[in-house]
Amino acid sequence: MPKKTCTGAEALIHCIQQQGVEYMFGHPGGAAIPIFDALVDSPIKFILTRHEQGATHMADGFARATGRAGVALVTSGPGATNTITGLVTAMMDSVPMIVITGQTIQSMLGMDAFQEADVVGLTYAAVKHSYLVRNPNDIPRIVKEAFYIAESGRPGPVLIDIPKDVSGAMFEPNYNVEIDLPGYSVPGPGDSAAIAQCAELLQQAKKPLLLIGHGAVISDACKPLKALVEKLQIPVVNTLLGKGAFPETHELSLGMLGMHGTAYANMAVAECDLIMSVGSRWDDRITGKLAVFCTNAVKIHVDIDPAEMGKMVKPHCSIVGDARLVLEELLPLTRKGDTTAWVTHLKKLKKRFPLHYRMHGGLKAQYVLDELFRLTKGKAIVTTDVGQHQMWAAQFYKTDQRFHWISSGGAGTMGFGMPSAIGAQFARPDALVVAVVGDGGFQMTQAELATAAVNKLPIKILILNNHYLGMVRQWQNLFFDNRLSGVDLEGNPDFVKLAEAYGIKAFHIKRNADAGRVLEKALAYNEGPCLIDAEVEKEDNVFPMIPAGASYEEMVLEPPKHKMEKPVGST
Amino acid sequence: MINGTAKATVAEGKAHAAARLNQHSISLLVNNKPGVLIRIAMVFSRRGYNIDSLVVSPTHNGKFARMNIVASGEIKTLEQIIRQLNKLIDVIHAKDHTGETVVEKELALIKVRCSPDRRTEVLQIAEHFKGQAVDLSESTILIQATGGTEKLDALETMLDKYGIVELVRTGKVIMARGETGT
Repeated sequence: MPKKTCTGAEALIHCIQQQGVEYMFGHPGGAAIPIFDALVDSPIKFILTRHEQGATHMADGFARATGRAGVALVTSGPGATNTITGLVTAMMDSVPMIVITGQTIQSMLGMDAFQEADVVGLTYAAVKHSYLVRNPNDIPRIVKEAFYIAESGRPGPVLIDIPKDVSGAMFEPNYNVEIDLPGYSVPGPGDSAAIAQCAELLQQAKKPLLLIGHGAVISDACKPLKALVEKLQIPVVNTLLGKGAFPETHELSLGMLGMHGTAYANMAVAECDLIMSVGSRWDDRITGKLAVFCTNAVKIHVDIDPAEMGKMVKPHCSIVGDARLVLEELLPLTRKGDTTAWVTHLKKLKKRFPLHYRMHGGLKAQYVLDELFRLTKGKAIVTTDVGQHQMWAAQFYKTDQRFHWISSGGAGTMGFGMPSAIGAQFARPDALVVAVVGDGGFQMTQAELATAAVNKLPIKILILNNHYLGMVRQWQNLFFDNRLSGVDLEGNPDFVKLAEAYGIKAFHIKRNADAGRVLEKALAYNEGPCLIDAEVEKEDNVFPMIPAGASYEEMVLEPPKHKMEKPVGST
Repeated sequence: MINGTAKATVAEGKAHAAARLNQHSISLLVNNKPGVLIRIAMVFSRRGYNIDSLVVSPTHNGKFARMNIVASGEIKTLEQIIRQLNKLIDVIHAKDHTGETVVEKELALIKVRCSPDRRTEVLQIAEHFKGQAVDLSESTILIQATGGTEKLDALETMLDKYGIVELVRTGKVIMARGETGT
């Protein structure tokens, strides 16, 4: 039973617990002490991280493994500013997250008080919404609103900044409050006329293609999606974050499309006469050169966010609504068209242009991932950092289930992989969680090894270690005459020794011949976290590749023999 | 950011008229609380829009405020901006009124360099535009005028040759006609 009179902090923690929150990730500090004090008597388990960025990525990983908001708790000033990368990461990928920041007392706001940062001001562009709590009586409503906003519609992070005099104030809380959000509405099932039109267009198409994005994962559209695909025999491509909405091992799946998508997925995009996006935002990794993207195809866009309509491509048919609800309504309206020739054609392309790599030379990252897939039977929850290893993991570790692929897509945040694996493992204690990281990104948040160790989380950290910031090196190699600049990670620690210093079991792979055997041992180790330092070939590049801002016709399948033009797209 | 038309000279006035082709009148109904304005301003600035004028006033229900914004930028991004404004939690609704027959008014205070011998001349101009003198000194006269943007532009142009000392305009307030909501 909540107390009749309590502090703002106690009310806050009570309200958060009412939302079903089990874990909070964070780091304390002066302005947040009343909140930490309230945690002592709460059933919520607090996970102490070594850096606030790690806390946000853990909350993010927790959210992406469950669909529920992850919660981070930090202090004011630098504690709060350290969460900004995590907020942007969650914002870009529509991940529900609550970040609670301590703040200096209200009378000192704007006075350059110790550890004061205008965190609400600093994060306007990084959140779905934010609150500065000025009165403890507002706490129950604000917490309710924050979770509702974070988790509904197109999810996103919500920040709650709480001055210490508000968290420390004694008051009589009234928990029986309603949310008050007159400016917020959540789109539901979508316009019936547009859905009927969509059904018609699908039936007419000879070469239709479904483009599946994160929205399909978030809304749990998996079932109606599979039913639709199988009924209409439409091939499927997915975005990086769409992995898991539709099984990538399904015969109608062509895997990931876009910059480093599979050749056959990208060929399908270039050839299709209809492309229907379900929960993707036609990101620049996907469209390449927008002016010539699918110029001859009918475009259908299903998205819960009305601001996505027409932002990148101008759809012929747009449906604003929840992906699952839209597909459920669409399914019975559809009639099967004739896609046999198209499907047969794509199956041939799949055979002719498979993902491949050559096994001579040193340890191949792709082979390590192939082995990982084989040994885990594709059942692991895979988290990644950003860069070459991420693209290889997306290509070679096929994802069949929702919530089994956790990667920073939009923001491209290095250092995301390991902390998000920690969050995912807390969310799914019985699941096998593998963080596939690069040696660059891993070192950005490696302090969280302590968090993994102390909580004895059986996460597997697979470092695809090429001693380079590989993706930048790849660009310098392909587009800048191999003038390598700022990419050599000389000075890397011995990752095995580093892990052991934290009391973490560690393994090392250097030869292709050892990969399977060592991985098997590592996967069998469940006493706590383990780290696998896979020293892969230093100068391998990721293919296929559509250079940034180029058209699908310009896809490069093999290392080019001639120098390539500098890409016109941004990154 | 909020760049009134304070120092408009005739040449600038003409430039303004040209720029006005790219101007859009937007009205918003928003929560009346701190931080709302900055969230709205950020949507404009991110897409390279300049806010030319901005009027904020509480509605008769103090819980909400009305914003009238005139902003200039590329027309093709406007629809996107309106959608992004509507997406803000604190925005009840945002509407683009460009090209609609709404009632649009603004008020200008124009301080003109004016010696006693030219007062009649200046007052005649003011009267023609239904303006009035609201302050007088040995060397200046302060004209107040209300009306549409073009009318006030014209008045400004007429007074410019006497030497405009200072000028301030409220920016447009907009209201839809009849039963249509703003």
